[in-house]
Amino acid sequence: MAKKELDILLKATKICKYFGNFVANQNIDISIAKGQIHALLGENGAGKSTLVKIFYGVLQPDSGSIEINKQKISITSPNIARKNGIGMVFQHFSLFPALTVAENILIALDNKIKFSEVVNKITKLSKEWELFVDPLKLVSELSVGEKQRVEIIRCLMQNPSLLIMDEPTSVLTPQEIKNLFKILKKLASSGCSILYISHKLEEIIELADEVTILKSGKSIASIDAKKTTTNFLAETMVGKKITELKKAIRSKSKKIAFEVKNLDKLKDHEFGISLKNINLQVNYGEILGVAGIAGNGQVELMEILSGEINSKDNDQILLEKIPIGKTNINERRKLGIETIPEERTFHATVPNLTLSENTFLTYFFKYSNTKSWITNLLNNPQNSLDESKKIVKNNDVRCPETNPLASQLSGGNLQKFILGRSLANNPKVAIFSQPTWGVDIGAATAIRQKLLDLSRSGKAVILISQDLEEIFELSDKICVINEGVLSEIFDVREITATDVGLLMGGKNRENKKMDSIK
Amino acid sequence: MITFIPRDKVSKNWIIIAPILSIVFTIFFGLLIFTFLGYNPLETLYQIFVSPFSRIDRISDILVKACPLIIIGTGLMLCFKSNVWNIGAEGQFIMGALLAGFIALSFPNIETKFFLLITILAGFVGGALWAFIPAILKTKLNVNEILVSLMLVYVAMLFIDFIVRGPLRDPMSFGFPLSKPYPEGALINKIPFPGIGFLGQLHYGILFVFLLVPFSWIFVNKTLGGFKINVLGSAPQAAKFAGFKQNSITITVLLLSGGLAGVAGVIEVSANIGQLQPEVSFGYGFTAIIVAFLGRLSPIGILFAGIIIATVKLGADNAQMTMGIPKVVTGLFEGILLFFLLTGETLQKYKIKWSEGKK
Repeated sequence: MAKKELDILLKATKICKYFGNFVANQNIDISIAKGQIHALLGENGAGKSTLVKIFYGVLQPDSGSIEINKQKISITSPNIARKNGIGMVFQHFSLFPALTVAENILIALDNKIKFSEVVNKITKLSKEWELFVDPLKLVSELSVGEKQRVEIIRCLMQNPSLLIMDEPTSVLTPQEIKNLFKILKKLASSGCSILYISHKLEEIIELADEVTILKSGKSIASIDAKKTTTNFLAETMVGKKITELKKAIRSKSKKIAFEVKNLDKLKDHEFGISLKNINLQVNYGEILGVAGIAGNGQVELMEILSGEINSKDNDQILLEKIPIGKTNINERRKLGIETIPEERTFHATVPNLTLSENTFLTYFFKYSNTKSWITNLLNNPQNSLDESKKIVKNNDVRCPETNPLASQLSGGNLQKFILGRSLANNPKVAIFSQPTWGVDIGAATAIRQKLLDLSRSGKAVILISQDLEEIFELSDKICVINEGVLSEIFDVREITATDVGLLMGGKNRENKKMDSIK
Repeated sequence: MITFIPRDKVSKNWIIIAPILSIVFTIFFGLLIFTFLGYNPLETLYQIFVSPFSRIDRISDILVKACPLIIIGTGLMLCFKSNVWNIGAEGQFIMGALLAGFIALSFPNIETKFFLLITILAGFVGGALWAFIPAILKTKLNVNEILVSLMLVYVAMLFIDFIVRGPLRDPMSFGFPLSKPYPEGALINKIPFPGIGFLGQLHYGILFVFLLVPFSWIFVNKTLGGFKINVLGSAPQAAKFAGFKQNSITITVLLLSGGLAGVAGVIEVSANIGQLQPEVSFGYGFTAIIVAFLGRLSPIGILFAGIIIATVKLGADNAQMTMGIPKVVTGLFEGILLFFLLTGETLQKYKIKWSEGKK
């Protein structure tokens, strides 16, 4: 589709960016028309974030040129990007929780204006664009959807002609997503271009006018989003046919594997979440999906289930009816409970240690049972090296060298390693948090298949995830965590995505809030 | 605004070139300053860098001076690696020396050198007890260990001052604040070399350093304890995930570093002073912080860093004695040297980016 030259807002030609030997962007061409919603699609590590960071002035390209309104410019800082009408909403919000909405917006402004003016402007903008937020509320009291609205308002304060959104829906409920799309479409029809980054195909088809697909740092296609299918997009993005998950016949048992009863835990810092009366149980041969938006108590729940923190009473957590609430994480590993926290680096692994040392991290207790005190004293690089090599081989972990540092692996490969490390321990109960978060489709499929296989071989799995598709694809039973409260457990056939979405948003709370503002 | 961006790869050449450049810059600025202040610049540099190596007894004095720095620095390394900021080694040094001194003076007639094992152990206990205070406050009440350990230095200084003026003062000291001399069994002798005699002040305490460096290397690199310290320092969450007990690691490294500082105190007093006096340390506990970081928190690095710092300190003393250059000026020069060494090291790992400042 030929665009008229006049209508082009941003045109980038032959953008290249290297990090050492790593090619992040290579000869990328992209042009965004005025008022267009342009999607940028690609797997993790395809170079999407690098490219938009170049547009926003966070990174400088090694070569290539950028034109805005046919004027060649070099965007050396976010300041210059904003002056040229480019605004960006990052995936991870950059708001101060202890300040109010208006204060947060005030500090970000390049031109200083009076506080009362800011409040007025926010009220005006939020009415105009249906971005309902109370300017005088503390950010820490806002829901994730509201925080995102604050970020969008912050961009709109500068009257942008291009708004960049980096994976905006990854933290939203289906209802919030619907709302966001309405806003974005309205913005686009008023003439503001939108560059929308995502790896969710349905979203792109629903929202975008044009989609540019990146793969390994190159732009491999620019296509009309209205005339394509999710399958075509997926195959172009991955570069091969996507394998469907194989669902073997289940060997479902009625035997309860793992139980949590009346678990309470007060938050230990101001922005933490208190857990309130958590009850759950999972049978052998079953996957229990715990849906919920990040930051609703998953981290706190995980700490207690893994044994990093003990529960108040020993019988609040039970393994095959035996109380284990007071056992520590290594005792639970010995009992056959394996956990994976959501934070991949710095929690599940140490980035500046090698894979063998990272294997040793959760394995040393294994050696310490059998060896003499002198071998207990030493850390055991040889045994853990053999073990880590096995994990790498069995789980198709792609390493740049034998026994690399954990930081040298890409997110997907690191997650495959972490999962493999847990599985090598042959768990009876596996509790995994966000196992495919930010992982590319290929790795995600492999990880999901492993979880399915694990449950089909008769083990109990608890899957904590914010990816609703994943929850529905894998789980036999589903519950939802919201602000530290766990819903009742539903059979997957008894509940729809919309219901889960409502539960994720605290039932109709979100809608009620908006009504009261209206 | 200046931002530091990590380099993708540290060039091997720069690992060699950076320290050389640091020294060149130091010399250049040193020349400028000395000339400006009216001292003969070349002779000053000679005194600082070359004279400590000019005679064999002077070289051995470098080792003597480096000895406490390396011992304390090694202990501090354990703390800093696990993100525990003990900056009160000076106080732990004093309390170690004091407890050992108390034991030594309680047995005025003892002659056997085996007694040294007891005084050294007492020194370890004294230093460790002093470090136990910030350790227990940090782990039980979450009190910042930097403040507590630092402030306890001044308590220790005043305490030893009180002790040598009061309870342990030698009645024969003509009113000077000094204890009785140590018994023979509590003294560390100089090493006699056949045919040469003594080499400066070189004493048997140096043997402890030669034991400590390889032992600490093994501990850090080859044992579970060292592994735990490393994990806790680089990723505390991962330490939790591995089931390491953060509080017991924190307490252990504080006790070890306090204990080692105490041992350094015993060796310093038993070898070089021979009795207790109000000032036993001359800032070793603080200088060792620089030694630990200059040695990049590695046992071998700390060995060399200790020797470098000791050389410059002795050189500065020489310049002071022979040319009358005030201590302030040589201190300034030491500062310049450290500044460039650390700058060189930082620039190896980071690129500097100048960006527009915000209004």
